[in-house]
Amino acid sequence: MSARAVTEQSFNQEVLQSDKPVLVDFWAAWCGPCRMVSPILDQIASENTDKLDIVKVNVDENPQLAVDYQITSIPALKVFKGGEVVQSIVGAKPKAALEADLAAFLA
Amino acid sequence: MRNVIIIGSGPAGYTAAIYAARANLKPVLIASSVEAGGELMNTTEVENFPGFPQGIQGPDLMFKMQEQAERFGTEVILDDVTEVSLDGPVKTVTTGYSGTLEARSVIFATGSAYRKLGLADEERLSGRGISWCATCDGFFFKEKTIAVVGGGDSAMEEATFLTRFASKVYVIHRKDSLRASKIMQERAFQNEKIEFLWNNEVVGINGDNAVESVTLRNTVDGSEQVLPLGGLFVAIGNDPRVHLVHQQLELTSDGVIAVDGRSSRTSLAGVFAAGDVIDPHYRQAITAAASGTVAALDMESYLAELEQAEAHLDAPADHEAEAEAEAVESASARAAASASEAATVGA
Repeated sequence: MSARAVTEQSFNQEVLQSDKPVLVDFWAAWCGPCRMVSPILDQIASENTDKLDIVKVNVDENPQLAVDYQITSIPALKVFKGGEVVQSIVGAKPKAALEADLAAFLA
Repeated sequence: MRNVIIIGSGPAGYTAAIYAARANLKPVLIASSVEAGGELMNTTEVENFPGFPQGIQGPDLMFKMQEQAERFGTEVILDDVTEVSLDGPVKTVTTGYSGTLEARSVIFATGSAYRKLGLADEERLSGRGISWCATCDGFFFKEKTIAVVGGGDSAMEEATFLTRFASKVYVIHRKDSLRASKIMQERAFQNEKIEFLWNNEVVGINGDNAVESVTLRNTVDGSEQVLPLGGLFVAIGNDPRVHLVHQQLELTSDGVIAVDGRSSRTSLAGVFAAGDVIDPHYRQAITAAASGTVAALDMESYLAELEQAEAHLDAPADHEAEAEAEAVESASARAAASASEAATVGA
């Protein structure tokens, strides 16, 4: 299962109002490291469907979200819980490193 | 057991793979999970790689190299190497998720990693205005005043690229001349949005939640000034990626893997190295590719020598392994002697 796309229109409902923690992957097509980390996030998503929701925001198509969350480097991964950012990860990392960073949400 | 494992997927790794695959050695290339394709994946136009008179995008060049390596039977694994054991006739390479692979030889083409400034607030403000990838992050600095630190080709390319977005780009360089190629320098000098701050080094990055300014120190008179900025791109060079082979292979005083003369032979028999990980000077896509060729050819002769030694063994079956180990050991001793000689000369 690959992570689904979220837009400025659906962000409130799908991310901020979610009961589950949501990891948002801020990405763009021109960003090489974003494309490399994307399949890894899909894997983590499908292995943890009950614990963590993983969605993608294309910053090119949703620039206001990038501004709202002060994104200046991508890939930027932000975990939202109860509408608040509770963790930020910057840059592409191997699966094991991401799992270690996200351990609190995958347990 | 495999013939050869190539670690790294930049121009050195893929070129070694093309040669090894065409020699029918069925190489396996471990490309990394998130950095496959290497440094050129974060580059825009490559104008100095022969054969592309109109230039080629860095990622496109790397996809083509991968395709060429695969066409001849290279197995590319998108995973990271976590551990290597290089001593003796059987080399083992452990990966994150693809298990442990065994081979008679290994080619290291692990390249180099971006150098950091080494400042206290660098980590904290990474992704909050500090970036190492202009092509990824330039978009977020529309109409902002930003700076690039560095004086090489990468710094000039980034500064020029960033003028597409930013209203002003300072280039901060600690000397009064650049080591970038003339054409890249000229392009930057002629760009009205670029201003050079010569003889300055960044000694502080300031801002609570995002970069607001940097503190510069003049390298000539020691005076300091604060420069307000919306973003800082770091392009001050790279360090060879040798963490996997620490304690196993000899390094030179430059920190690169020591090789014997112009060859790719490291201090251990059957272990070869190519590209930026052995090159503290040139570090071009084309020199890395050439270096990958050297490694593949050295590896081929090593395997041929090994096969010959095995064929000539007329020792009884139970002594075969021992004799083979001995043959490898003598080759190993030879390689080690020449590589340490190289290391000593380097020091």
